[in-house]
Amino acid sequence: MVTLEPPIEQLPCENLIYSRPESLAEIQTHYCPGCTHGVAHRLVAEVIDELEIQERTILVAPVGCAVFAYNYFDFDSAEAAHGRAPAMATGLKRVNPNSIVFTYQGDGDLASIGIAEAIHAATRGENITVIFVNNAIYGMTGGQMAPTSLIGQVTTSSPTGKDAALTGMPMHIAEMMAPLPGVVYSVRRSLHDARHTIQAKKAIRTAFEAQIQGLGFSIVELLSSCPTNWKMTPLDAAHWVRDEMIPVYPLGDFKVAEPLQNKNRSA
Amino acid sequence: MSKELLKGNVAIAEAAVRAGCEAYFGYPITPQTELLEHMSKRMPELGRVFLQAESEVAAVNMVYGAASAGVRVMTSSSSPGISLMQEGISYIAGSEVPAVIVDVMRGGPGLGNIQPSQADYNQVVKQAGHGDFHPIVLAPSTIQEAIDMMVLSFDLAEKYRTIVFLVLDGAIGQMMEPAELPPMQEVKKKRPFWALSSQEARRTNGELPQKNVITSIHLGAEALHKFNEHLQRKLAQIEANEVRYYENYMEDAEVAVVAFGTAGRVAETAVKTLRAEGVPVGLHRPITLWPFPEKRLQELADRVKAFLVVEMNAGQMFHDVREAVGREVPVEFLGRMGGLIPFPTEVEAEVHALWRRTEVLEMHRP
Repeated sequence: MVTLEPPIEQLPCENLIYSRPESLAEIQTHYCPGCTHGVAHRLVAEVIDELEIQERTILVAPVGCAVFAYNYFDFDSAEAAHGRAPAMATGLKRVNPNSIVFTYQGDGDLASIGIAEAIHAATRGENITVIFVNNAIYGMTGGQMAPTSLIGQVTTSSPTGKDAALTGMPMHIAEMMAPLPGVVYSVRRSLHDARHTIQAKKAIRTAFEAQIQGLGFSIVELLSSCPTNWKMTPLDAAHWVRDEMIPVYPLGDFKVAEPLQNKNRSA
Repeated sequence: MSKELLKGNVAIAEAAVRAGCEAYFGYPITPQTELLEHMSKRMPELGRVFLQAESEVAAVNMVYGAASAGVRVMTSSSSPGISLMQEGISYIAGSEVPAVIVDVMRGGPGLGNIQPSQADYNQVVKQAGHGDFHPIVLAPSTIQEAIDMMVLSFDLAEKYRTIVFLVLDGAIGQMMEPAELPPMQEVKKKRPFWALSSQEARRTNGELPQKNVITSIHLGAEALHKFNEHLQRKLAQIEANEVRYYENYMEDAEVAVVAFGTAGRVAETAVKTLRAEGVPVGLHRPITLWPFPEKRLQELADRVKAFLVVEMNAGQMFHDVREAVGREVPVEFLGRMGGLIPFPTEVEAEVHALWRRTEVLEMHRP
């Protein structure tokens, strides 16, 4: 084991430019090396700090790899049943209209078992924010095929590759949400490199701003890597997002309501 | 206040409003729909939350969300809808948040029909969702009782941080009867200490409180075992404090008819007729189906010579009565399914036959 001398918290910090956001609890996550859930958590936490809404934010965590997100964020949190986070968030927001309520959901949770709850919360224009992490696979259960898996993608439940004739084409959630009238913001970003990560943070900020302004339903789809279940190194996984996922899931703004325009629109 | 002629479903809805229910989430299903309709009118009038969900699955999870915020919240449905809600019910139980659910039971299995039934007894009493828990289950047999128990449901849910089921069959939901509504309670301003609301609102002496988390996960086996032990202790406390039942003519009864809800009303009519004929019969009507009045039935078994259980199902509460009274005393069953309600004359005939058999046995006893 490598020990830092002196311990890291005692290092001189006149030039401190990077630290843990207030909204992230001081606890290690259980995420695998190279997984971008940790990055997504950090971006959300930074935005919540910057918008100064930590004390009135409520997280609704999903079932999936982010099931313990309520341990990692430092504000009130609930843990929903699989796919039901938008319904639970609806209940929470309706009785706490001044709170900032967001769900953090993976692709199995939102695009598969919870698609009805997601579409109806969006259609109603629930004033909530959805952070949707798309890594094209079921992570927590060990790498099974998801509605977002790519054609030909080998998973533990599609051992010869995902077959469109059998299970359909990949689902495009950000594009599906955009035409729903209750949706004010629906965009797709990626976390595979620094430039895209900075763009993702801007989108997350806009999504929360939409909620603060009371505009309606906002969703940010984040293309994310899963080196463990893709059976790749973290670097190869990042390249797979860039080379294989983005051609299928183009980055972009699919809906930006008028009050949110002129803000950070580049994809 | 004075009595008004009220329809069951509407009376229950208005009683919930007056009990300070702050949020209602539901989905239309016969024979409970008037409850949802009444809420759709009354809740917005009062500035409270009404939302028609896209499904019972969503409705119960909206309830879970609002319950996590510590407000008085409810949903209502009928049998097939309750099946869909079981997932959320289990999560609510595992998170120990208070919620109230009305089940206006109809005939099953499957789509069945929309006639009155008591075939959800096992579903709500024995296994309202996966895992080791019981909701408190209240079973009124008149509209007045349903009104009173609607108010009680919210109080019990909050007291024990549990789910309370108000179960009635379609007959009580659909019929009209004179009854008195309770006084109006305001929505509670203060949220409980454990609720998800706003950390800022919970600030005391300038100090931010710890974050609150509502979850049903206990990952370690030891941790989940401990949580279940805690849950069982709470259930034991409810069993000790909350058993409720109604009896008539039981003081000197030698035959006891045991029935709940609409079957209990029918049985009471039969018991009165039989008494007029000189048959020593009484009625025991459980009001809490869970906790079940097991001890009281044990007491009765010491002096009653035979029991008759009457239900609008194939014999579900029957097993609980049998378990309570043991094997020494005969327990007979009269059931009607598919939406049929037994006639008082059928109950009378059954009691007559049972009483004759009991007398014959007595005569031949050495």
